[in-house]
Amino acid sequence: MKEILDILENDPKIQPEEIATMTGLTEAQVASKIKEMEKKGIIRKYKTVIDWEKAGEEYVYAIIELKVLLRSRTGYDAIAERIAKFPEVVSVRLISGGHDLSLTVRGKSMKEVAFFVAEKIATLEQVQGTVTHFVLRTYKQDGDILFEKERSERLPVSP
Amino acid sequence: MPDKFVAEVVRNIPPSGIRKFFDLVLEMEGVISLGVGEPDFVTPWHIREACIYSLEKGFTSYTSNLGLLELRELISKSYKKDYNVDYNPQNQILVTTGVSEAADLAFRAIINPGDEVIVPEPSYVSYKPSVSLAGGIPVPVRTNRENEFRVTAEQIEKSVTKKTKALVLSYPNNPTGSVLRRKDLEEIAVLVNEYDLAVISDEVYCKLTYGGSHTCFSSIQGMKERTIILNGFSKSHAMTGLRLGFATGCEDLIGAMTRIHQYAMLCAPITAQMGAIEALKNGNDEMEKMIREYDRRRRLIVDGLNKLGLDCFEPKGAFYAFPSIKSTGMTSEEFAGGLLREEKVAVVPGNVFGDCGEGHLRCSYATSREQLVEALGRIESYLDKVCCKVSVKSVSKNNSRR
Repeated sequence: MKEILDILENDPKIQPEEIATMTGLTEAQVASKIKEMEKKGIIRKYKTVIDWEKAGEEYVYAIIELKVLLRSRTGYDAIAERIAKFPEVVSVRLISGGHDLSLTVRGKSMKEVAFFVAEKIATLEQVQGTVTHFVLRTYKQDGDILFEKERSERLPVSP
Repeated sequence: MPDKFVAEVVRNIPPSGIRKFFDLVLEMEGVISLGVGEPDFVTPWHIREACIYSLEKGFTSYTSNLGLLELRELISKSYKKDYNVDYNPQNQILVTTGVSEAADLAFRAIINPGDEVIVPEPSYVSYKPSVSLAGGIPVPVRTNRENEFRVTAEQIEKSVTKKTKALVLSYPNNPTGSVLRRKDLEEIAVLVNEYDLAVISDEVYCKLTYGGSHTCFSSIQGMKERTIILNGFSKSHAMTGLRLGFATGCEDLIGAMTRIHQYAMLCAPITAQMGAIEALKNGNDEMEKMIREYDRRRRLIVDGLNKLGLDCFEPKGAFYAFPSIKSTGMTSEEFAGGLLREEKVAVVPGNVFGDCGEGHLRCSYATSREQLVEALGRIESYLDKVCCKVSVKSVSKNNSRR
């Protein structure tokens, strides 16, 4: 199972047939295992990592740290779930340190992100304070380094 | 100028078959190469970082002839852990500039003029010339496809003479990808004892063993005393260009090699040694990741070649597949040359590694999955063309006869 996940994590487009060859399983076994893992939610979704800037699209990202005042009987999960439902919010994490939650928010402009935070997040009852860090540049994303790819300068034939 | 100044022994070294092919490939563009004998991974970053950091700190001096003690201690520990063999870091381990240097030293340390050294083939291309340069006589031993090119004690015994001094073992094997299991090695050990031979065992691909674990030859009872193990970091940690290898053996043999090394090389480069220390300390995860990836590609290429009708046994080590092309009726060089010209895929003709490699190709799968798939596709269309041509040829022959 882990072997299949390992392969898919780096290349979700790869076909069950090829995975079968690489792992020594049959194609049917691979297909059913993948189905099973999709069903169980082990495989959450298949995603494409895009360098939007290169594609000419201007997106603005911000990391927002929240201080949360917990109300009785509802923990961090409840507020996190509420926040997570906004499509502008790319990720929500509970963190240690001076703040409680860390969000990544995506918008079309700084203004849009700022307004979103001011109107939708800061106004939440449990949110005591917010700190917004706008992202100036992304160097590495989802394990992919966004610099020019390293190429090894190997000789084409060697002993 | 005549080559009168060049020593006879050097003049007699045949030109490298790989070199010839290499020149041909260099002239072309858009070539997918399965001809490369080194990892396609760049050295893991933490190792490169350790090298850089060592330079920043000013580690630019000579080291002990034997290599940095810390590195030798780590090598000693890893041999204890992996193979339960004890090597004293003080005098039984020598760090060298790549395994190539270690092999050269080993031959020079043990060979008297006229001594014979048995080299099972197909084999890596450097052993025979190194033996000759050391004044010895290389004695190739043919192995065969039926036994997946694994040398047997019986085959070795047939070539033993009074002059036989040593036996070379190099498993996991370049170019065939074959490995020897403990049982095979034990049989060879009996013979080695009987004829009182030294053994030079090049185990640089030991970490790249699939579906089983590697057996170090010196872990076989009684073999440690007569065996020089050659190993290095090139394949396991993708450090080919850093040129770092080592030899382990009993005090006398390592001492003899060190006597040559101290004058010929002085010591291995310190930057690479610092990288190797990091590799042994913290390199396991990255190494395992690379091995897993090789294993997947291995299955992919073997399956692909067999589907194309190029009979290929399952290589259990290194990163080479060694398919037979006998079904095409072509020689290795004809096939490889044609494949390069027509489809721009470089593979190494099997005869380069010894006569018994004729009719085979060495295909390295140390290249990305996408490239492998593309290469297999091109080989397929080459096979289509060749098969057509063969039939066209026979037709035109018939015509001309008329």
